[in-house]
Amino acid sequence: MLILNCPYCSVDAEETELTPGGEAHLKRFGPGSSDADFEGYLFQRENPKGVHFERWRHANGCGKWFHAARCTVTLEVFGTYSAQTTEPPKNLQKTISKKRPGWSWREFS
Amino acid sequence: MKRYSAFAVAREALRFHSGWERAWRSPAPQKKYDVIIVGAGGHGLATAYYLGRNFGIRNVAVLEKGWLGGGNTGRNTTIIRSNYLQDPSAAIYEKARGLYENLSQDLNYNIMFSPRGVMMLAQTHHEVRGYQRTAHANALQGVSTEFIGPQKVKELCPIMNIDGPRYPVLGALWQPRGGTARHDAVAWGYARACSDMGMDIIQQCEVTGVRQSGGKVIGVDTTKGAIDCDKLGVVVAGHSGVLADMAGFRLPIESVALQALVSEPIKPCMDVVVMANTVHGYMSQSDKGEMVIGGGADGYNNYTQRGSFHHVEETVRALVETFPIISRLKMLRWWGGIVDMTGDRSPILSKTPLENYFINCGWGTGGFKAIPGSGWGMAELMAKGHSPLTEEFSLDRFKEGKFIDESVAAGVAH
Repeated sequence: MLILNCPYCSVDAEETELTPGGEAHLKRFGPGSSDADFEGYLFQRENPKGVHFERWRHANGCGKWFHAARCTVTLEVFGTYSAQTTEPPKNLQKTISKKRPGWSWREFS
Repeated sequence: MKRYSAFAVAREALRFHSGWERAWRSPAPQKKYDVIIVGAGGHGLATAYYLGRNFGIRNVAVLEKGWLGGGNTGRNTTIIRSNYLQDPSAAIYEKARGLYENLSQDLNYNIMFSPRGVMMLAQTHHEVRGYQRTAHANALQGVSTEFIGPQKVKELCPIMNIDGPRYPVLGALWQPRGGTARHDAVAWGYARACSDMGMDIIQQCEVTGVRQSGGKVIGVDTTKGAIDCDKLGVVVAGHSGVLADMAGFRLPIESVALQALVSEPIKPCMDVVVMANTVHGYMSQSDKGEMVIGGGADGYNNYTQRGSFHHVEETVRALVETFPIISRLKMLRWWGGIVDMTGDRSPILSKTPLENYFINCGWGTGGFKAIPGSGWGMAELMAKGHSPLTEEFSLDRFKEGKFIDESVAAGVAH
């Protein structure tokens, strides 16, 4: 069972306590943007086989949204971090590089 | 190819079954094919089969990274129905259901199609109205369904508790010609027919790259070397995103795990398929007597072909209330498959930004029932460049906002 550490209340929350919230760090394109950007924002997803960054909500707990870095092939969790950021923390990126050399996800690697 | 028949069974019985042929050849790949299909599951093999049967395109290879029919074709709950709300969905699923009716004869392979009837329970007033609407829509689409009351439900499926305190059965959408088929046999039957037409089915051959030149696809790199082709059809379900990435475009798809389980075998007690979308579980009884149970998909990206335990618990808990008889059954097997979910929960059968690269994916949680129709439409699309069956399922619909929103129609994944 998937267990994520909530970076807000520090609880090791198991899956039934959490609600998945889809891909992390999406950049919003709203009115005035091009059709392609709008489509990308709404529908196009990374869907990687490997390192992935996601939003999760500690729904049956403190209720906060946070981010998690996971491997979709092994279900290994690399770490969780605050929702108040537009990119994964540098030390987490380094941790992932040690475990998955050569990983890349959107502009990060 | 020697045909299967009652006479052949008798003949082989007299000579200790020494004369059966292999059902399909396992050749080494050639340098070039007119068409390469990636993915030897039901949809991929059906595409190849109808390319040959309907359009005479027989210089075809079907590449498979694992074994034939080992993905979602071998992992589903084998339900066949076409009671969809939206016209394009009803058209392609009804085409598939119609082809299933005679598929055993067509392929000379017994796929054990059993039109035992499918009912989708209405357990809230909202669902009653929703399914009445679907029944009216189906009448206009030429799909034979009707909305039936709780007493008829009880008659058709006596083991059901229709007076549950929390989710009483208020009626059901009943499709008498829906049912089940032997899922492996569908893949094997198509494979045998494709091989007989001279097509090469190459297993244990993973595609590692898509080669292109001047905006056109010219071939693929595989673990068995490079193979050239004029046209490429990618029919790989959960791994569609990986194959799209090789060609340099993205898809509106996320891959998640969907699970199913079977109970220990018991005596025949249920001769219809029952789906309960409010509580999110569905059940039928296999010919071996196992209760075949499916539920909802997991909520997060996953490529592991195993899912979360609590989804199984939720599914079984809900079904036990409606079917008290199953409460003491032991679980026999439990497995997961990786399904490709689109934003509107409808499939994509489409041309792509790369010329001559066609994609058939996004069947999500409901692909098995569509196999013959999907193959029929995809073959037409690849041979002629357009098909009335697949027109509305193009990749453009996400940009245009022309969704085929079955997730809203069904209230759940379907």
